[in-house]
Amino acid sequence: MRDYEKYIRYRTFPTPWCPGCGDGVILKSIAMAFAELKLDPDDIIVIAGIGCSGRMPTYFNTNTLHTTHGRALTFATGIKLAKPEKLVVVVSGDGDATAIGGNHLIHAARRNIGIKMILINNGIYGMTGGQVSPLTPPKFFTETTPYGNIEPHFRIRMLLSAAEASFVARETVNRLMQLKQVIKKSFLHKGFSVVEVMSNCHVNLGRRNKMKSPLVMTEYIKDITCSMADFEKLTPEEQENKYPLGIFVENTQRMEYTDLYYNHIVPVAQQSGAKGEK
Amino acid sequence: MSQRKVLQGNIIIAKAALAAGCDFFAGYPITPSSEIAQYMSKEMPKMERAFIQMEDEIASLGACIGASLAGKKALTATSGPGFSLMQEHLGMAVMAEVPVVIVNVMRGGPSTGMPTKPSQADMMQARWGTHGDHPIIAVYPAFSDEIFSETVRAFNLSEKYWNPVIILLDEVLAKAHMDVEIPDPGSYEVYWEKTHEISDLNIYDRNIGENPPRIDFFHSYPIHIDSLEHDAHGWPSFDAKTVDKMQRLRMEKIYHNLDDIIKYKEYFLDDAEVLVFSFGISARSALAAVKMAREQGIKAGLFQALTVWPFPRAALQERFKKTKKVLTVELNMGQMKYEIERIAPPDVKKQTLLRANGLPFSPGEVLETIKEFVK
Repeated sequence: MRDYEKYIRYRTFPTPWCPGCGDGVILKSIAMAFAELKLDPDDIIVIAGIGCSGRMPTYFNTNTLHTTHGRALTFATGIKLAKPEKLVVVVSGDGDATAIGGNHLIHAARRNIGIKMILINNGIYGMTGGQVSPLTPPKFFTETTPYGNIEPHFRIRMLLSAAEASFVARETVNRLMQLKQVIKKSFLHKGFSVVEVMSNCHVNLGRRNKMKSPLVMTEYIKDITCSMADFEKLTPEEQENKYPLGIFVENTQRMEYTDLYYNHIVPVAQQSGAKGEK
Repeated sequence: MSQRKVLQGNIIIAKAALAAGCDFFAGYPITPSSEIAQYMSKEMPKMERAFIQMEDEIASLGACIGASLAGKKALTATSGPGFSLMQEHLGMAVMAEVPVVIVNVMRGGPSTGMPTKPSQADMMQARWGTHGDHPIIAVYPAFSDEIFSETVRAFNLSEKYWNPVIILLDEVLAKAHMDVEIPDPGSYEVYWEKTHEISDLNIYDRNIGENPPRIDFFHSYPIHIDSLEHDAHGWPSFDAKTVDKMQRLRMEKIYHNLDDIIKYKEYFLDDAEVLVFSFGISARSALAAVKMAREQGIKAGLFQALTVWPFPRAALQERFKKTKKVLTVELNMGQMKYEIERIAPPDVKKQTLLRANGLPFSPGEVLETIKEFVK
């Protein structure tokens, strides 16, 4: 047994994911990050909302919670505030995190509460059969954009930076070791962190856009991504269709929310209480 | 020694919640419940308990459920529009069997309605608001001392039966300053269910009718909790036999324990010709009206429901053996009257006093209706 396997709950297998799905790579990379940090499984909780990503917690041999659509961050906020010393991980898909859960996403970033979010971006609602999501690229065909997507897609990197997120990164399922490394780094970060993972849904997005095999789709992910250094050399027009990779924001100056609450608000309140104010 | 104080209804709820051991509050501002959050934001940090203002009511109840699963006693407070948003997570709390207490200070509806006017129009929403078959407990205090005792009881029931409990309160009582007796700690029961040590994932494994044990995260053995229908291990299952058992487990933990859950008060009912059925602010007017009726020689009595869900069916049916007239008084277009119609035998005459224009009933109005009814 490899060291990361103790974080995987094999008795709940098989997973509901299609053969070749990027979710398996992400599951493994998260487990590997747990193993490298030598965490006690009972000190971890993995939470998810609804969708293909929603099923991921079931397969971790840690505390796990499967919640409602888009709301995983709200449960995570309650758990983190109740038990600040625990590692609280949220796994969320692009529809879950940026459509129905968009409000919770920006507020978790603004609060800088120490939740570790893995945002799986496959650009589609996979579990419901392939409908357009806020991260589906323009012009793509989906079940609900039969004539091509006319809506622009969210740029998670900029959206979260505007919401003052203190850790924002992007990786792809093509690069397991880099992915594990950046996830591990996000786990060590004090505040709210988001690692966006570009993943392949060849079944529900690729199939309708001439990329029906996982290999073709991961090749496409390779084509549209590049390093930040390469990205900066591109013209604005070229940048439109490229996704830079790496850590974009890493702010260690901002205080984490539960740290502020228990180490600043609580003493202030107790002092004012001692003065006899009511 | 207990203390007599003059306090707002909302503040009585907040004080009672803290007395019951509430150590987590998440909420979102909404009239007429905001004072509960305000009081908690001031008092909870002093006690090293957690307070957070969330981005909406969906998030508030989500945070409460999360905190509850991490071992806290959680409370949120809202009003009609926020209660509508909470229905999604009310169902999650039922499905995953999570103790949590939700205050709904009812205001005029539908929609934004009348934020500063009372109504009793969320009675059926409290029962059936979230989708799917589900058990629910809702308590409804009317008098100031009851606001304290029912809030403590709501926490106890929630802990005991691992189910969300709703406290309904009237806008008028939430805002009014009332003479109230705050009892001594120790003079009332505070239920603490010790977290069970577990060595396997079979956290929902129990017999039908049994109370679930409290199961928390971070308690020596990592567990899985799911919003999907699940088996005894908590992981997703749509197997018909398993689902059937889980549905019954959730329902029967409540319906096997009605004697413990249902609470009501009866006034002048032993020889009553007319039973007035009411709750909350309307029960206060009804009690005054019944006393006035007695002075005028009319044999009227009041049945005040403190637990509105589950409905106090057996106790009312017992009364209907002798009392053959029932008057339902409620501040809505007719909701709980259907429960009365459902359970009262055909030989019991039914009358209602209903209104939903933002004005509570005066005792005189209830008295007039009683007089008309007994003619």
